[in-house]
Amino acid sequence: MDLVIPKIDALSLCPELVLSITAMLVLLVTVYLPKGRKDPAAYVGLLGIFIALMSLTLLWGKPRYAFNNMIMVDNFSIFFNMVILVTAALSILMSITYLKEEGMSHGEFYALILFSAVGMMFMTAGANLITIFLGLETMSISLYVLAGFLRDSNRSNESALKYLLLGAFSSAFLLYGIAFIYGATGTTDLKGISEFLSRATYMKDPMLLAGMGLLLVGFGFKIATVPFHMWTPDVYEGAPTSVTAFMSVGVKAAVFAAFVRVFSHALWDLQPDWNQLLWILAVLTMTLGNVIAIAQTNIKRMLAYSSIAHAGYIMMGMIASNELGTSSILFYMLAYAFTNLGAFGVVILFGRKGEGNLDIEDYSGMGFKYPVLGLLMAVFLFSLAGIPPTAGFVGKFYIFSAAVKAGYIWLAIIGVMNSLVSVYYYLRVTVMMYMKDPVKDLEGLHWSPSMIVALIIAVAGTLLIGIFPSPYLDLAKQSVLHLM
Amino acid sequence: MPSDYFPVFVFLLIAVGFPVMIIALSSIVGPRKPSPEKLMPYECGVDPIGSARKRLSVKFYIVAMLFVVFDIEAIFLYPWAVIFKDLGVFGVVEMGLFIVILFVGLIYAWKKGVLEWE
Amino acid sequence: MKIGQRWPEDEMYKWGSYFGLAPKIAKTWPCLRFSQYVSNFCSVDNWRNREMLDYVWLVPLFPAIGFLINGLFGYRLSKGFVGVLACTVIGLSFLTSVLIFFDLLQLPPESRSFEKIIYTWIPAGDFKTSVGFLVDPLSIIMMLTVSGVSFLIHIYSVGYMHEDEGFKRYFTYLNLFVFSMLLLVSANNFLLMFVGWEGVGLCSYLLIGFWYERKAPADAGKKAFVVNRIGDFGFLLAMMLIFVTFGTLNFHGVFGAAHHNNEVSTLVMTAITLLLFLGATGKSAQIPLYTWLPDAMEGPTPVSALIHAATMVTAGVYMVARCSVLYTLAPVSLTVVAIVGVATALFTASMALAANDIKRVLAYSTISQLGYMFLACGVGAFSAGIFHLMTHAFFKALLFLGAGSVMHAMAGELDMRKMGALKPHMPKTYWTFLIATLAIAGIFPFAGFFSKDEILWHAFEKNTILWALGACAALMTSFYMFRAVFMTFHGESRVDAEVKKHLHESPSVMTTPLIILAILSAIGGFVGIPIIKGANVFHDFLTPVTGGHVAGSVEVTLGNLAYASSSALSYGEAVQHNVGLEIFMMVVSLIIAFGGLGLAYLMYLKDPSLPRRLVEKFKLLYHLILNKWFVDEIYDFLFVNPIKRGSTVLWQFFDAKVIDGIVNGSGWCIKWTSSVLKRIQTGYVQNYALSILVGAVAIIFYFLLV
Repeated sequence: MDLVIPKIDALSLCPELVLSITAMLVLLVTVYLPKGRKDPAAYVGLLGIFIALMSLTLLWGKPRYAFNNMIMVDNFSIFFNMVILVTAALSILMSITYLKEEGMSHGEFYALILFSAVGMMFMTAGANLITIFLGLETMSISLYVLAGFLRDSNRSNESALKYLLLGAFSSAFLLYGIAFIYGATGTTDLKGISEFLSRATYMKDPMLLAGMGLLLVGFGFKIATVPFHMWTPDVYEGAPTSVTAFMSVGVKAAVFAAFVRVFSHALWDLQPDWNQLLWILAVLTMTLGNVIAIAQTNIKRMLAYSSIAHAGYIMMGMIASNELGTSSILFYMLAYAFTNLGAFGVVILFGRKGEGNLDIEDYSGMGFKYPVLGLLMAVFLFSLAGIPPTAGFVGKFYIFSAAVKAGYIWLAIIGVMNSLVSVYYYLRVTVMMYMKDPVKDLEGLHWSPSMIVALIIAVAGTLLIGIFPSPYLDLAKQSVLHLM
Repeated sequence: MPSDYFPVFVFLLIAVGFPVMIIALSSIVGPRKPSPEKLMPYECGVDPIGSARKRLSVKFYIVAMLFVVFDIEAIFLYPWAVIFKDLGVFGVVEMGLFIVILFVGLIYAWKKGVLEWE
Repeated sequence: MKIGQRWPEDEMYKWGSYFGLAPKIAKTWPCLRFSQYVSNFCSVDNWRNREMLDYVWLVPLFPAIGFLINGLFGYRLSKGFVGVLACTVIGLSFLTSVLIFFDLLQLPPESRSFEKIIYTWIPAGDFKTSVGFLVDPLSIIMMLTVSGVSFLIHIYSVGYMHEDEGFKRYFTYLNLFVFSMLLLVSANNFLLMFVGWEGVGLCSYLLIGFWYERKAPADAGKKAFVVNRIGDFGFLLAMMLIFVTFGTLNFHGVFGAAHHNNEVSTLVMTAITLLLFLGATGKSAQIPLYTWLPDAMEGPTPVSALIHAATMVTAGVYMVARCSVLYTLAPVSLTVVAIVGVATALFTASMALAANDIKRVLAYSTISQLGYMFLACGVGAFSAGIFHLMTHAFFKALLFLGAGSVMHAMAGELDMRKMGALKPHMPKTYWTFLIATLAIAGIFPFAGFFSKDEILWHAFEKNTILWALGACAALMTSFYMFRAVFMTFHGESRVDAEVKKHLHESPSVMTTPLIILAILSAIGGFVGIPIIKGANVFHDFLTPVTGGHVAGSVEVTLGNLAYASSSALSYGEAVQHNVGLEIFMMVVSLIIAFGGLGLAYLMYLKDPSLPRRLVEKFKLLYHLILNKWFVDEIYDFLFVNPIKRGSTVLWQFFDAKVIDGIVNGSGWCIKWTSSVLKRIQTGYVQNYALSILVGAVAIIFYFLLV
């Protein structure tokens, strides 16, 4: 029997390898650190992320397959990986003080974030359904643990348990879908699937269609589209806030990358089939997300529903199914990353020990008491609502114009209406901050250096992308050009 | 072709049918004369003390998990050893990586005090 | 003028020597010197040629700087500094606008359109949107009006708001407001205009609800915001449609394409313009979206002045005038604009007849005057609309500031029935208020006469019914304004004894702006003298942008790029044919204005019992008007007693509160749905799993069956 030894191309995987090694290093470092002083673990993690980010730039512009076509390193995956790494870095920066205040300062937290990020990066680079699935599981398992990281908090435990149960449930759907696709096409390789479909004169193979549907369920769960969104508010609310921030951006980025690769690339020939359905799901997702968000009283839940709505907007880019649409997804993801992380950063900073200030009511008068924090929150909320000149506005504009260009005018109109509705609940927080007297005695905030750095990066990103978007748009466009 | 799956179907049938048959047979054929002693949980012939639903120390689970990890490692090593020559340097490096990763885990668990009972 | 296009050196110097001011200041102004290096668009060579035009971006930038400094560091700065800074930045904006204005005058009329592109903002596919500014007669007039009037209001505010706790917050918002408005009027594309549009909406919300501790202002702010969102929705849709139709959002591009491209169907054009107009009705408070404006007076009085005069409400008129090329191609939309305009003018003027709250009278009069401006646009006399916008900005700002001054003296009292005989106590306020009233009533030679008469004349040319309705509104305007003057300043004093002791003239920081505005209200109209050929400087100046005043006329040739200039149908010629008639109409206008004055005099000074007798006689009508046509009551009625709803269907037509009800109702509806849907979120994992399963089954069925 001949053994086929796969070609090892470690260079292509350099960022992932760096990150994995860093994660293990963090684990080793943390056990040698004295109790309660685990900060160096976080710094090791940040250093690793930085090196990974640098190595990513080396790979830019040189698309290639690696590991027997299991991995695809192209600008598309690199762009998403950058978003993921930035997300991981900001989440770690925001966590350092937060964990200390919650009395849960453990190095494992940072290792788990890094492992999760590795999983996400494998998802974005997956050229095979198996790789994508492995990445998804690596990401998810770390997140299940992270969601329950505040183990003294009932909510955190509940959140982890719910996420685990439902995540496992949805993974089964995904796996089942992969099996069906394999059964129908005889391969799990994305290129192979696409070749098979373009070769075959079109036939409505039920197995293929069912497989596609199941894949949609699996992906839909992770990016929280209606009706697979139910877990989101509970999990987002219960999980430690920095984990919520990480989840809301990182998972979305990774899964959307895989989603686009599988649907807009491998299953391109079935586009007429899935496009209509995606249209319906997108409309449902943004409408339901926005409408329910209005009734929320807890800011984390509100942001959870808002993230559902944003998933709906991003899906518009997929429906547009053109280069502009895909690049608008990338751009939107970038804009959303800075904005949402920033918003959660403010929530962390303002929330304080025991998650005391998480009701929207608690934000009353916050803008007067802490002018800088209030201004930051206002910028992030405006960006989420898509009010110029913030990143969110350009992102929305770009995605809507992609939809309009592709002829989906009604979809764009629904999107516009939705963003008008969303202004209501985003603005409500701003109104609380600036137009109400404080209901609580607000004590001084604990501005830790790491949090300041994180917030500065987030607000700079939000405004920079909003005011000078063209370099980032170019970047997004280039990322799509080489999409294999 | 669905017919290709016929052997699988047969396998499924046998796999499910056999235990069902055994359980059914033993309950039909076996005599049943219950008495309080017989219904007691078996504990090496001694009368059971207290509830059987006792909480076990979490340490048992941790040790068990650690055991499973290294058990799998051992299982993985066997087939590797069998084709060791065919794999060559590649095999050595790969297995080395695998063991190093597990070793990191072991150090972590060790330092965390998993191996100490108290 | 195209970017980078240069004027011949010699000609430049010729013009430059006439107006040597601008380059001199540009050279001695270190800040500008610096910016010259920053801006990669202008080499040393270039800026000498284009001078201030290149610095148009400074106009909105100054207030932005003021906003940032006051917003970020205001809490550490002293009150005095905040006030001075806020005024200074607006003053600098105004100064820059003036310099730009003179530079623009140097150019030959047909090339007075200058685009300054700062950088490409959003490149999406093959179309680009830039952050760029457009200087042409229309935008420079708006810039001058906005920054000038705002400047005066800022100064006034320093006095008015001095005791207020939110002094710094107030000026922060105010600067942001002016910044947004200047951005709106100076943008060179729809998207950037929309940025300003949104900003203005946001600031009006913040400022109307400025005294958020009280319920009424907070509600009024919310109302303004919600109503404006409906308008914004129209604007957004229009923008999408424009983008789909023309593939660009740049003004030059769109108007050029609209003019050249005959393939664009009238239907699409009508849709675009009507949607734009929906946006305009929201911002400019026209039927059916006018309801927010009367409530908006809950904000501080200078804010009302700002909203009613210089910013916010003029945005809609500006937008319609800016899109005059599009409107000219959609006659149906023009008709709608005209009808809505005149209907609003008439309807809200009637509401002002019996209002007793002085600010409410002014609020209704604003809506009514805005109706005039839309009437002008609707009959194709865009330049007349803008003319009236400008003169209105002067006298309406003056009226509101005067009312604020009265309020200041009266310890916050607004009810005119508790005023009277204030004239000797506050002479400056009285005289300036009187001038503004003469202007708004349209009495020669005050500013309002020229602008209003021009509108009425064009309406008459177009359609006699429109003229008759407009004239009717003019009569009412004259009447209720003089009524306000007589009730406030003349007659017997009905002031409370306690308040009477403290009656005083306002400090000079407040009265000086009043005087300046009064001068402008008095003489501002002379820039647009009708009849005499060439004397209507204003119209001729605007002509390259707004084109011939005759609606539906295809005779709008292209000046430069997209700008229609009137050639065949020059204004002067058109007028000369009808000089006799026009003079006659002017006299009629004057008679109408004096009629209103006389009526008010008769009823409120000469024979104060007359109103009571009239009220007795026309009880029904009076009560209808006094109660704002029972708009509020109908609203209650409709919802309290739904069984009788059928009988009031007719009412609903006139009933803007129903629209209001729909606004509130839909908000309520969404909230209700939201809270119901919230309950689906049970928190049980099994339910969540079930939802996933159901979804999965549905999707698979969809794929297999569809």
